[in-house]
This record gives sequence, C-alpha cells and structure tokens, in this order.
Amino acid sequence: MTGWRALFYKEVLRFWKVGFQTVGAPVLTSVLYLLIFGHVLEDHVKVFDGVSYTAFLIPGLVMMSVLQNAFANSSSSMVQSKIMGNLVFLLLTPLSHWSWFFAYTLSAVVRGMAVGLGVLLATALFVWQSSVLNFSLLPQEPLWALVFAFTGAAMLGALGLIAGLWAEKFDQMAAFQNFIIMPMTFLSGVFYSIHSLPDFWQRVSHLNPFFYMIDGFRYGFFGQSDVSPWLSLGVVGVSLCIISAVAVNLLRIGFKIRG
Amino acid sequence: MPAISFQSVSKTFQTARGPFQALDGVSFDIEQGEFFGLLGPNGAGKTTLISILAGLSKATSGSVSVLGIDVNTQAADARRVLGVVPQELVFDPFFNVREALQFQSGYFDVKNNDAWIDELLESLGLSDKANHNMRQLSGGMKRRMLVAQALVHKPPVIVLDEPTAGVDVELRQTLWQFIAKLNKLGHTVLLTTHYLEEAEALCQRIAMLKNGKVVALDRTDELLKAASSNVLRFKLDAALPPALAAKARVTGRIVQLPAHDALEIERHLAALREAGLNAEDVEIRKADLEDVFLDVMHANTPQETV
Repeated sequence: MTGWRALFYKEVLRFWKVGFQTVGAPVLTSVLYLLIFGHVLEDHVKVFDGVSYTAFLIPGLVMMSVLQNAFANSSSSMVQSKIMGNLVFLLLTPLSHWSWFFAYTLSAVVRGMAVGLGVLLATALFVWQSSVLNFSLLPQEPLWALVFAFTGAAMLGALGLIAGLWAEKFDQMAAFQNFIIMPMTFLSGVFYSIHSLPDFWQRVSHLNPFFYMIDGFRYGFFGQSDVSPWLSLGVVGVSLCIISAVAVNLLRIGFKIRG
Repeated sequence: MPAISFQSVSKTFQTARGPFQALDGVSFDIEQGEFFGLLGPNGAGKTTLISILAGLSKATSGSVSVLGIDVNTQAADARRVLGVVPQELVFDPFFNVREALQFQSGYFDVKNNDAWIDELLESLGLSDKANHNMRQLSGGMKRRMLVAQALVHKPPVIVLDEPTAGVDVELRQTLWQFIAKLNKLGHTVLLTTHYLEEAEALCQRIAMLKNGKVVALDRTDELLKAASSNVLRFKLDAALPPALAAKARVTGRIVQLPAHDALEIERHLAALREAGLNAEDVEIRKADLEDVFLDVMHANTPQETV
C-alpha cells in the first residue's frame, strides 16, 4: 500500500488550511443548537434518569458533528477534484484503490474527530457555567465513546467517498446531503431519546444505523443508553463493512472517474 | 522492447446519438529514446489514445504497453514509468507549488525529492513561485506546473498532450530546451501539438491521426520529402479563381499554393494573370510540415456524395 500516506496527509492538510470554515463553522453551529435547544427544552424534556436534557444533548451534538463532517470531508474533496479536473493528478499515479480508500476515509475520520473535539471543548464553557448540569467532560466509558466516534466517522467518510464518486455536479451532492444524510442524522436521537417516541417511530428509528452510532457514543458518556452498546457496535460494524466494500469496489472499477 | 506499443487499439463511446468510434485499430510502436510526434486535427482521437495509454480510460479492444508493461493488467507498474502532462489546465487550489510537487512525489513513493523538485522548478522558470498558491499562477505558469508534476518521479517515458497551448514564445523555448535535454538523457518523449513547426523541429518520427485512424507514419524528413516540395506564397486582395482556390491555403490576404516544380508555379501565376489579378509579395518556399499535414488530411477526406 504505497503512497497512501501522502494522499492521507494531503487530504488532512486540505481541510486544515481552511480550518475556520471546516472546523470552526460546524463547532459554532453545534454550540448554537446547544444554546437554543438546551434553553427551550431543558425543563420540558425527560430523557435518562439523573441526566439533564442539556447534558444528554451534548454527546448527541458531538457525535452528529463527527458524522456530518466526516461525510462532508471525503464527499466535498472528491466532487471538487472531479469538477475542477485535478483528480487527474491522482488518476495518473500508481496509488491502488485501497490506498485511495484508506486515505480518504481516515482523513474524514480526522476531520470528524477534530470537529467533535471542538464541540466538546466549546460545550465545556456551559458545563462550567451551570451548576445544575452535572455533566462530566470526561466520558465514563471513554473507550466506548472512542470506538463509536471512530467507526461512525469511518462509515460516514466511506459514504462520502461513494457520494463524491457518484455525484457529477455540486447540486447532486447537495441533494445527497440534504435528503439522505441530514434526515438520518436528525432522526437518529440526537435531540431526543428514542423511548419518548410513539411505538411505530421507535421501530422505524431502530432501522436507522445512525441511531446506533449516537446511542452507542452516548453510552460512552453516561453508561446508559436506549439499546445495548454491543448491539450498537454490531450494527455499526456491519454497516461500516458493507459501505466500505461498496466504496472499495467503486474505486477498483474506477466508477465515474476512469472512462 | 519499444517504449510504447499500441496494438490495434479501438475505442467506441456510447453517446446519445448512438455509438461513436473515436479510435479505429490504431497500431504503432515508439522506440526507446525517440522524440515522437502525434498530430491530427481536433477530434482525431489523439487525446483518447493518450488517455488509454495513461490508464484514464479503457480501450474497447486492443492493447497498449509501456516498456513492455500492459497498461490495463499491470496498471500501477505502467503508471510508474510514465509521466503524463494532461491537456486540460488543471490545478489544486488548496496548495502552493512546492506542496503540490511534494504530494505528487509522495503518490509515486519517491522520498526526499527536494533536490529534483528544485531542479524542475529552476528548469521550468518557476523557482520564484515555489511558495505561491497555485491560484496565483498565470496560465502559462500553470501549464509549466503540469509538466513539473508529470516529471517528479523521473519517468523514462514522457507524454505531453499539447503542452505549449497558451504558453508565450520565450517560455515555449525554455520548455522545449528542457524536454530536449531530457530526451538526450534517454527519456522517450511522445508529443501532441497544434504547433506544427514545433513538431517539425523536435520530432524524429511523426504519426498523423484522422477520424481515429493512423493516416501517416514516417520519419519527419521522409514526410517532408514526400510532400509537394515547394509552396508559392503571395498576397492578394481579391478572391482566387475557383481552380486555384481548391488547392490553396488561404489565411486572410495570404495565399499559399503547393507546387512541385517551376512549370506548376508558372501555371499558377498564369491563372492569376488570366483572371486579371495582381499578386503582391510573391515568394517561393520549401514545403513544411504544415503543408504535409494539410496534404495528408485532404487526401484522407472521404468524398462527399451529393
């Protein structure tokens, strides 16, 4: 697997050079969500026992940022390179499809984690401010939190790669993001506990792999969750494998990038 | 072993108006160390052929190898020995010149390449732009960057797809001196260009492509010999008589007529006199590659049925 490190480093540097836009902006967005939803819903929504709504919201927002930004990184990089034509510099190299896959996916993980960490640090301000919050920045089960952040980000990075290969125009990419990624993340239990939903919607939520990522990640913080973290890990792991297999195969056949 | 070998390469594109055959059984070899020209009008299939060679596109049938390495079955190895300068003026707006070259080296697994990168920048007149973002470069500089990016891994076989489009005269000279130097050092060069005087000056052998077929392939001097040896050139303010117009190459006021010998020149001039036309600045010159090119392309135009 030669040369993949150069591509990985390039992909990381690409978003880091415009970090204000790729890391700063999504952190601000999440803080706004926290301010508004936390303020409006704090006294009205009941989630886990002994966990305030704002505290419940923080890991959800962190994970949502991780997922959305991992997707944004690989998808926008790929679609931009295709449209600008500079993908040819990669197509002319001996880089294997595995190299492409690991470089794009892992750089997406780095971006997702960087934004997630940013959101977590920004929310630390609220934790200091509020005496009622009772939320520790340090997850109770850090390994679980890390495992879900990594696998979730990797899955969204691979999904972004697929979307980037598929999309031929920026509006197709926007459609993928707005009609698939956004609804699946918003309906995954970032803002509410699945148990508060009517029976039917609870069952629908259980079909959404994003739900397991959020729920598993939240388990890492509170040691409690809607479903067992092992079940979540299983669902996320299988989803990651399937999506990775699709992405690697599209790269192998040069789907929409080699004529 | 040839540097590049095309074996009955065909390529058919599926379009909305049905299949379009871009290449039709193209076969020829380029020997190691050659400076080879690939010429043809727009749409002849030059870029399609180079895309297949570079692994950017797959041939419908036939095979292509570089230094004996099949570009389809051993794609990664073939790309390692190939340096391709693409025709489109593309760049990555996120990075500066040096970064772009370092990344490109990395993709080819070339480590500690700074000495060679410096030499490339120096030879291509980009040294003072090393830390400039790609966006700040002029069109000609971006074009030279494409050349630098194609050469980071010192490929033994270099392919240049119209490398001098949009590059001014002085820099074109710099570029050719550099490429000629690499050729002397043993690198094989395959060049496509629309500047036929460049091809005539640089290429030892030339292939001409039309409608996806090779219509001429020979040493440059043989091609020049085979063509009508002289050209009558003059300026004229009025329209040419139809008999001459059919054979002439007209650029604004300048008319150029192929002529094999003195008798044919006399006949051309007589035809002008009979039509009551007065030619100015009359001169006779030797045929160049452009005349050969037009001859070949004209000879291979299918007769239109009325």
